[in-house]
Amino acid sequence: MPTPIDPKAPAVSAVCKEDSQLRQKRMIAEHYHRLAGCPGSGEKNAYTFVPGNLTELLRSFDLLPVLPEINALQSAMRGKSREYIAVAEKLGHSEDVCTYVKCDLGMMKSGNVGPTGERLPDPDLLLLSYTGCFTFMKWFEILKEEYSCPVAMLHVPYQADGVVTEEMRRYVVAQLKEKIIPALESVSGRRYDEDRLREMLALSARAEDDLVAVLESAKHRPSPIDAYFGGVYYIGPIFTAFRGTPEAVDYYRTLREEVEERKRLNLGPVTPDGAVDRERFRLVVEGPPNWTSFREFWKMFADEGAVVVASTYTKVGGVYDTGFRHDPSRPLETLADYCMGCYTNLSLPSRVDMLSRYVKDYDADGLLVNSIKSCNSFSAGQLMILREVEKRTGRPGGFIESDLVDPRYFSAANIKNRLESYFQMIEQKRMHAVH
Amino acid sequence: MRSPAGPEGELGKIVGIAEKLYRDTALGSVREWKGRTGSLAVGFMPVYIPRELLHAQGVLPVGIMGGGDNLEIIRGDAYYQSYICHIPRSTLEMGLDGSLDVLDGMIFPATCDVIRNLSGMWKLQFPHKLSFYLDVPQDFDRGIGGEFYGRALMDLSRALTARGARPYEAASLRKSIALYNANRMQVESLFDLRRREPWKVPTSELYLLLRAGQVLCVEDFTKLLADYGEALEADTTRRMMDQARVVVTGSFCEQPPLGLIRTLERSGCYIVDDDFVQVHRWIRGPIRETADPLDALVEAFLDQGVDSPIRFIAGGEKGSELVRRVRCAGAEGVVFCAASFCDPALLDQPMAIKVLEKAGVPYTAFKFAENNGQFQVIREQTGTFADSIKLWSDEGNRHADAH
Repeated sequence: MPTPIDPKAPAVSAVCKEDSQLRQKRMIAEHYHRLAGCPGSGEKNAYTFVPGNLTELLRSFDLLPVLPEINALQSAMRGKSREYIAVAEKLGHSEDVCTYVKCDLGMMKSGNVGPTGERLPDPDLLLLSYTGCFTFMKWFEILKEEYSCPVAMLHVPYQADGVVTEEMRRYVVAQLKEKIIPALESVSGRRYDEDRLREMLALSARAEDDLVAVLESAKHRPSPIDAYFGGVYYIGPIFTAFRGTPEAVDYYRTLREEVEERKRLNLGPVTPDGAVDRERFRLVVEGPPNWTSFREFWKMFADEGAVVVASTYTKVGGVYDTGFRHDPSRPLETLADYCMGCYTNLSLPSRVDMLSRYVKDYDADGLLVNSIKSCNSFSAGQLMILREVEKRTGRPGGFIESDLVDPRYFSAANIKNRLESYFQMIEQKRMHAVH
Repeated sequence: MRSPAGPEGELGKIVGIAEKLYRDTALGSVREWKGRTGSLAVGFMPVYIPRELLHAQGVLPVGIMGGGDNLEIIRGDAYYQSYICHIPRSTLEMGLDGSLDVLDGMIFPATCDVIRNLSGMWKLQFPHKLSFYLDVPQDFDRGIGGEFYGRALMDLSRALTARGARPYEAASLRKSIALYNANRMQVESLFDLRRREPWKVPTSELYLLLRAGQVLCVEDFTKLLADYGEALEADTTRRMMDQARVVVTGSFCEQPPLGLIRTLERSGCYIVDDDFVQVHRWIRGPIRETADPLDALVEAFLDQGVDSPIRFIAGGEKGSELVRRVRCAGAEGVVFCAASFCDPALLDQPMAIKVLEKAGVPYTAFKFAENNGQFQVIREQTGTFADSIKLWSDEGNRHADAH
């Protein structure tokens, strides 16, 4: 029987920074610093995307990845996105389209200064890895006109029937062999070294094991992690520039140890405002977070003792908890499988299956959807997803709306109201279950 | 106003038939065709679809383009947030209200994220119907994208057969390709005539014919086009007016309401090229009839596909194709007419505008939803645009390119 919870009791205690957080901050800053130094050092880079990215392959050619999505979200967290979006809209970009694109363009037009305050290098290659989102294609068509650099395009088939077929795999591998690798060779001036790639893939698999252990720790009560807001930080290194590196392996080993210790001590997740000491609600969340008011958004949950125990956003750069690991024994095939397996490349029925499973496996109180105005890839169909998951799990769904990086679409009062109503609904369900 | 008798009367009759088909969201003609033939009918979303393959297997390909302004959306809106375009909600509405019951399945081509996700929604909502996502390559090499597309076509063929369609036969496909080639010629000849003498072929009429072609079998559609062409030839009443010649672009998927097209014409524009109902024109020229027919379909997709916001253009400058179309049609300006929240069209627009500006082609832009009912603002905008072309363009050049 669930223990009645005093709603007035504070849910969050004192602030503390963990070693992994500090380490990650350092890693990311060093990466941006290294990118800023490219014109001087002669190192080369490729602009690419998070879902289905080919980080190991790029790094095996000593190319550094630059991720415009990440730059956009970082701009939002630094309070710069409003200005950048305005720049893009002044150039004729519609208010209707993806705000990541506009924020990135605005940043580029404003000097391309990255999150560490240093100028990012122009791309040596635009690597259009076309996974899970058609807008990526348009994005790089736009960038292609801004930079005089080659474009390599990897078209990744959609998992419409919930499976990766041999034909789909063959198509991606053929593109890797005949298009992507030659482009990387040409830009980097290095030959493709499959042994080097294998070594990197093996490192990826080790980090992936630890990431899954971290994410699955949320099955414990209380959850030692927040798998959405905190999860964003956990996926940072592996989804961006560090997959296939020893730094990523060390980071995830450290993180896992910290999380296991918190689990052993029955501690809740760490937030920027302190640890959540009283877990009152366990939620599964679908959709990306809002970045312009990220901390305020997170606080709305933490203050109520609402902990996200599983999220789909943390699977945009790979769904590892169903067993996928990069496999060094079949390097190109495993890259193909990875690209096709990212969350937004899954069909709606697969997404419903996954979310229903999360609600049950993580014993969540329900599913909350944060619907993002400028992301059709995630948002189109979410209302049906919500209804289906409610139907299958019998647990209530909640729905809020915001945007990725456009502050005009974050209404704190509205979201807070909806969240409070949702939490009340969960409470009422509990009361009925108790009596 | 149409006169009741004479050639205008014949034209009016043909256009009336097309308009009736356009307004029938319950697909009465498809029901009638199925009753007559006992064959399958399968719907498809815009933009591209290998209709020849469906036809060869005895299946009627039925173009579903949302509900337009004919449909009251009651349930469909409950499935979509306000910031999603309109076509998926009206399509779902038609699915839920039984209008699409006559269809044995739906095909969702890889157009954008919204249509892609709609394919999964269809699977969940209508589990007993075929819901086929047609993934098409963005790699256009024969050995890579071509291989992939060829396999996708065979998958589609097998899926149709599993639902009761005739199995694939090369000979049948060859015949179907020939029929569709003939149809494409008819369509193109009307587009040519409109380019030369747009007062003879109002776009609002041509549009209705193309929409009729979405629900008719290709044989009947070709005949309808031929009848229309003959009626046009016999007509002596239509006279040239001093209108601006424009290309309308951006409406390749969700379609503007008919009233909007009429408004553009009434505001002083001759639409001399457009991308409405693009499935009829997504392949340039005829598909080869002599080769292995499946290879011919693949080859046409790879080499003859028109530039479109949903097709990756690796080389060249985005927008230069639009300038080429403007020149080829002797157009004096461009009207960007994209559906609200249409990422592909709206993201293309600034790139195209840059190229138009460089080429000195004037343009104007607005957005629509398929169920818009108020056109006054658009009429004023495009009317002013047409006036500015007529007043300020070099008169000597105004009609020179058209002939």
